[in-house]
Amino acid sequence: MNLRGMYAIYHFELARALRTWLQSIISPVVTTSLYFVVFGAAIGSRVEQVDGVPYGAFIVPGLIMLMLLTQSVTNASFGIFFPRFTGTIYELLSAPVSYLEVVVGYVGAAATKSLVLGLIILFTAQLFVDVPIAHPFLMATFLVLTSFTFSLFGFIVGIWAEDFEQLQIVPLLLVIPLTFLGGTFYSIDVLPEFWQTVSLFNPVVYLVSGFRWSFYEVSDVPLLVSLGMTFFFMLLCLTLIWWIFRTGYRLKS
Amino acid sequence: MSSILSIENLDKTYRDGFQALKDINLDIHKGEIFALLGPNGAGKTTLISIICGIVNATGGRVTVDGYDIQRNYRQTRSRIGLVPQELTRDAFETVWAKVSFSRMLFGKPRDDAYLERVLRDLSLWEKRNSQLRMLSGGMKRRLLIAKALAHEPSVLFLDEPTAGVDVELRQGMWETVDYLRQTGVTVILTTHYIEEAEEMADRIGVINQGEIVLVENKQQLMRKLGTKQLVLQLREPLEAVPAALSDYGLRLTEDGSGLIYTYETQSAHTGIDDLLQALGEAGIRFTDLHTSQSSLEDIFLDLVNGS
Repeated sequence: MNLRGMYAIYHFELARALRTWLQSIISPVVTTSLYFVVFGAAIGSRVEQVDGVPYGAFIVPGLIMLMLLTQSVTNASFGIFFPRFTGTIYELLSAPVSYLEVVVGYVGAAATKSLVLGLIILFTAQLFVDVPIAHPFLMATFLVLTSFTFSLFGFIVGIWAEDFEQLQIVPLLLVIPLTFLGGTFYSIDVLPEFWQTVSLFNPVVYLVSGFRWSFYEVSDVPLLVSLGMTFFFMLLCLTLIWWIFRTGYRLKS
Repeated sequence: MSSILSIENLDKTYRDGFQALKDINLDIHKGEIFALLGPNGAGKTTLISIICGIVNATGGRVTVDGYDIQRNYRQTRSRIGLVPQELTRDAFETVWAKVSFSRMLFGKPRDDAYLERVLRDLSLWEKRNSQLRMLSGGMKRRLLIAKALAHEPSVLFLDEPTAGVDVELRQGMWETVDYLRQTGVTVILTTHYIEEAEEMADRIGVINQGEIVLVENKQQLMRKLGTKQLVLQLREPLEAVPAALSDYGLRLTEDGSGLIYTYETQSAHTGIDDLLQALGEAGIRFTDLHTSQSSLEDIFLDLVNGS
């Protein structure tokens, strides 16, 4: 094992986030606060409770998930896309690091950033509304699993993307819509039956639902199904990454 | 001399069917400066990229210090430093952060004193806290060398080290290679500038259309393939080479004021004394004479055009 090499990547990536802390840390916090103000205050004054939970508190797990998903994908995709763009990827490919070490370095750093952000947002939310956490351990498990899984997904996007436009397309046109339609701001019970069925094809529904359960013990789908789907998606990403490195897709000719 | 890099029957065909390398066999000796000379598109970068792990070979085998580049990639890659042809476009990290990262990525423990020495030797120490975007092109190229040296490799690849570099910087690069030679690092450089190979290398390999056409000690190469020209400045211009001298394969300069005689430097009998005698007998007088050796460039063009 080249632990030093792995740590070099991890450290380098985190240093990048700290160098651009306004963009990587402050901006997600500001965005989330705006969601609280707009959704919590504007809609919360009309919708008092969802499944017995005050609306302001109800949206907290969804908001954290929204940030976690977009930030994980953005950070991880940018992390591996950037050396491809600048040309420094040669160094990574010619270094005595295994594929696993490369993935752990990049994905680990992106997931760490997301985790820290998730916790910061959770803390920020506490300033606006009272957010009790019924199952802290489960909450943390979902936080870690989601950060890691979507950072893996972001890594794949960063290898697939050929330019900055493609790099942006996935978070903007896939992750954000899926999150908004994934029960972030509402319980999918309020949807007509047809759209409820459609929602079940959205992986974010399972993440948000399970995550929310760990706070308030209310969910759209059973907890085990949520956990199972999260693991399934993670496995899917891992398989894809294994294939990428085995074939050298977009990395080696 | 013991070999540090051994290439056997190496083939590379890209997915689009382009055959970049054809049955390459090559041995690089420990501590030498080897120049791989060839026109653009000859396969130089592909060859380097395979050895460093950036491109997969289609067939054949490469070993570095006895280790296979596929099976023992950790051993081989930790022995190799690569300076790529293209400057990288990263901008916001500092010089020091970059070289430290490179060293760590290759699994080496922190050694600030060593990195300082490398940066000093490459005249980058003053710039250690500068962001990359503040560096000039020449400094960026030296930084790529510093990064490649950060993990103390025993083999260094310089891919077109002076491509797009002005004359002064090129001189600087030659001095850098000379410094590398003194550190005992084996250097393999690719170039399509003949004078670069002539200036720096101990041995020269010529590659053309994916094939190694020739590998030779530089001096031997120049001696073996070199011809010399003897130019005689005539007192009276001639209109044609006199029939009496037809055996010597003489040429007249354009204005007829000089006679050019080409001869093999290595042949037992250069024919110069016969020629001078024959000239005297034919009554041709001359005011001056000089000889010139064919450059590596002439040799190279002969090889590439002839193959």
